[in-house]
Amino acid sequence: MAISKSLDVNGRTVSIDIDDPDMPLLYALRDNLALHGPRFGCGLGQCGACTVHVDGVAMRSCIVPLSAVAPGQKIVTLEGLGTPEKPHPVQAAFIAEQAAQCGYCINGMVMESAAFLARTKGPSEADIKAALANNLCRCGTHAAILRAVKRAAAA
Amino acid sequence: MTMQDTIPRAALSRRALLKGTGALVVGFHLAGPLGQALAQAGSAAAKPVTLDQVDTFLSIDGRGLVTIYSGKVDLGTGVQSALAQMIADELDVPDARVTVIQGDTALTPDQGPTYGSLSLQNGGVQIRQAAATARDALLTEAAKRLGVAKADLAVVDGAIGPRAGGPTVTYAELIGGRRFDLKLDPAAPTKKPADYKLVGRAMARRDVPDKILGRFTYMQDFRVPGMLHGRVVHPPALGARLEAVDEGSIKGIPGIVQVVRQGNFLGVVASNEWAAIRGARDLKTTWSKSETLPDQARLWEHVRATKVVKDDVTSNVGDAAAAMRGEGRKLAASYDFAIHTHGSIGPSCAIAEFKDGKLTSWSASQATHNLRKQLAQMLAMPQEAVHCLYVEGSGCYGRNGHEDAAADAALLARAVGRPVRVQWSRADEHGWDPKGPPTLIDLRANLDSSGGVAAWESEFFIPQGAAGNVALVAADLAGLPNATAIAPGGIHQNSAIPYKFPNVRTVCHRLETTPFKPSWIRTPGRMQNTYANECFLDELAAAAGIDPLEYRLKYLDPADTRGIEVLDRLAKLARWEKRPSPQKAGNGAVLKGRGITYCKYELVRTYVGAVAEVEVERATGVIRVTRFYVVHDCGQIINPDGVKAQIEGNVFQTVSRTLKEELTFDRGMVTSLDWGSYPILTFPEIPELVMELIDRPAEKPWGAGEPTAAVVPSAISNAVFDATGVRLRSVPYTPAKVKAALQSA
Ligand code: FES
Ligand code: FES
Repeated sequence: MAISKSLDVNGRTVSIDIDDPDMPLLYALRDNLALHGPRFGCGLGQCGACTVHVDGVAMRSCIVPLSAVAPGQKIVTLEGLGTPEKPHPVQAAFIAEQAAQCGYCINGMVMESAAFLARTKGPSEADIKAALANNLCRCGTHAAILRAVKRAAAA
Repeated sequence: MTMQDTIPRAALSRRALLKGTGALVVGFHLAGPLGQALAQAGSAAAKPVTLDQVDTFLSIDGRGLVTIYSGKVDLGTGVQSALAQMIADELDVPDARVTVIQGDTALTPDQGPTYGSLSLQNGGVQIRQAAATARDALLTEAAKRLGVAKADLAVVDGAIGPRAGGPTVTYAELIGGRRFDLKLDPAAPTKKPADYKLVGRAMARRDVPDKILGRFTYMQDFRVPGMLHGRVVHPPALGARLEAVDEGSIKGIPGIVQVVRQGNFLGVVASNEWAAIRGARDLKTTWSKSETLPDQARLWEHVRATKVVKDDVTSNVGDAAAAMRGEGRKLAASYDFAIHTHGSIGPSCAIAEFKDGKLTSWSASQATHNLRKQLAQMLAMPQEAVHCLYVEGSGCYGRNGHEDAAADAALLARAVGRPVRVQWSRADEHGWDPKGPPTLIDLRANLDSSGGVAAWESEFFIPQGAAGNVALVAADLAGLPNATAIAPGGIHQNSAIPYKFPNVRTVCHRLETTPFKPSWIRTPGRMQNTYANECFLDELAAAAGIDPLEYRLKYLDPADTRGIEVLDRLAKLARWEKRPSPQKAGNGAVLKGRGITYCKYELVRTYVGAVAEVEVERATGVIRVTRFYVVHDCGQIINPDGVKAQIEGNVFQTVSRTLKEELTFDRGMVTSLDWGSYPILTFPEIPELVMELIDRPAEKPWGAGEPTAAVVPSAISNAVFDATGVRLRSVPYTPAKVKAALQSA
């Protein structure tokens, strides 16, 4: 029996039909809402590719069951963080630093950094590295990502 | 490049791909009569894909927009942007006017798989030659039309006119939408280095803004109408037979469409992705017990005992055996490099659709032309009935699981008669992607009384086979026709050495089998072999009491000035202090050292030198690579930013491999099935990277996607030796191993 679930995503209230109230948020975003920002990387909360903001907090959407998302909680994905016309300062910094190789991890890097910078002013390099310690990148884009986060922190 | 530029491009490729036919792609670009004709024909057959035709590689439409057809694909390295940059320059059109179509078996030529750091070196150079042929023909035609001598003409933004000024004629007017019908002329003049306007300049990549704004369509995002979701249920052990499936066990999950079984191939197809995941997870199955793997604790004994099918002697100078028997100081050491996985952050994904007896397959395969052959073989279909299209996925650094996901999708789609998308799980990827094989190397040398090398002998124990088609998991499981030979890539490369010793013999013992189906991980063979060679050379320098940089320079071919320049520049960059290793060991809790290493890739191309600076925590065995210096000469640099990104990627990925990575397994199956059990480098662990690029605009562009990986493990091992006096000979250098080595020293 399909159940209807209401979500607040990128500033819009949307209603989706689901069969399993414990389906992870990631699949609602990617499959029901056709969003491309949050990515499937491990489904285990280990890599960060699926990161979204829930009420401003960076969360691994692959291990957040929909049942844990309360009505009215605000979900923001990479698409909702900024637009091509008005990118979020962290996105603008990543573009300026060309901080992507394949880019598969970049959703997580941007979302994690944006949440981190929102609560941390003037972070040191070690602070940034610690904040991103649970976001994996295989292409070795780390140095460019670090430059981008530093640039965003200084902006 | 503005952001807006990339949007129509992305939209275009999406639509083109959605349609699944090449004709539409061409129809979008060619406003002229040819475009219409192609669109009407509704078949891609109208465009040649043979390697001898200009039209194979290139078209110019009625608006002067250039389309490049590349058999090499962008694996997330930015090579697509570099290709566009190269061709825009050759044709003198703005970069934004060039679109790249890649890896579509109906439209793009078979330029070989995207591997081996050859995309620009071979693929790009081939397309550049097509562009040069086209440009020359356009100039000839323009000379006629304008009544001006060809030599007096110049091209500006796709318009040809007299250098002195006057009326011009555009590419669009000359060829717009029509075919060149020209044979590719290998002698057509390419631009002189001094005339390059774009090549050699850092240029922003065209795909980057979309990736950062969440607007890029990866293979994992790609959808086709009417599509279902599939998941495979892989056996719990290699070689296990499927004895029973209880389909009733997942009856209660809404959305399940079908359980598909063919031999030991098992999959669940559902109307939505989460149902497919739950179905595959909850399906009750019974498998036979299977124990085909060696005991991991005795892996190297197993490798040593594996049957050798042939010996490849990769170099033979003087009489190494006799020189080994002579007077002198004998040294011997064995090195090993663990089994590794590719480790893409996004697990493999593919979609297949059958329509009118034809298969369309979308995947992030690095070799769509080969995949086409493999799918045709597996399904007993003619190759002409299989169309493979490349859609960029998560970075892949060699043959990972993409082709396997494509085969899974094909079997499931055929069974259910609807398009099926297969997304591998993390455990599927870690467990079932083909692996970088275990590599074992024995080295021996004889030093004369002054510490010089009188003889060098090495033996590499590596699986047989070369690059080729890696067997498809699904075909194996389903008992369908499949590639039979193992294909680990050109892993004998760099077993021979760039040093001029009087007596050298290097031999690869090619093993009949290896525990896991192998393929080429990034820098296959060159990484493992260079590691052993450069560490052992360091051992000889230390035994001779000579500075390891000086020792290398002493034996490099003096005529190979580019190699010598790399090392000279490296010494300056890293402020190399001349002294033998190890340094006088301090008594502190943390020991510091530096190590140097050098590689000439495959002994014929890209030169890389590196210095690692490390800290070793004596109590824990933790190694920190604090700084890493690279000097890199890959000839002509197309896009310096692209080369830098490749070097960074190689360094970080290989520091990860060297310090942390090792596949674990029991007698039945891989047990390192996630990032917890197969950890990779994290942000707090990355070294500071300092690099210097040597640009040689008048030389050939060589690859940069792999060579730097070759120098990383030995640079670290040599630095740890310098710091501690202890030689690490087994990758990965995990804290436990390092601690044990320090304690037994
Ligand atoms: S996909 Fe969610 S953490 Fe990896
Ligand atoms: S850019 Fe490819 S995984 Fe990070």
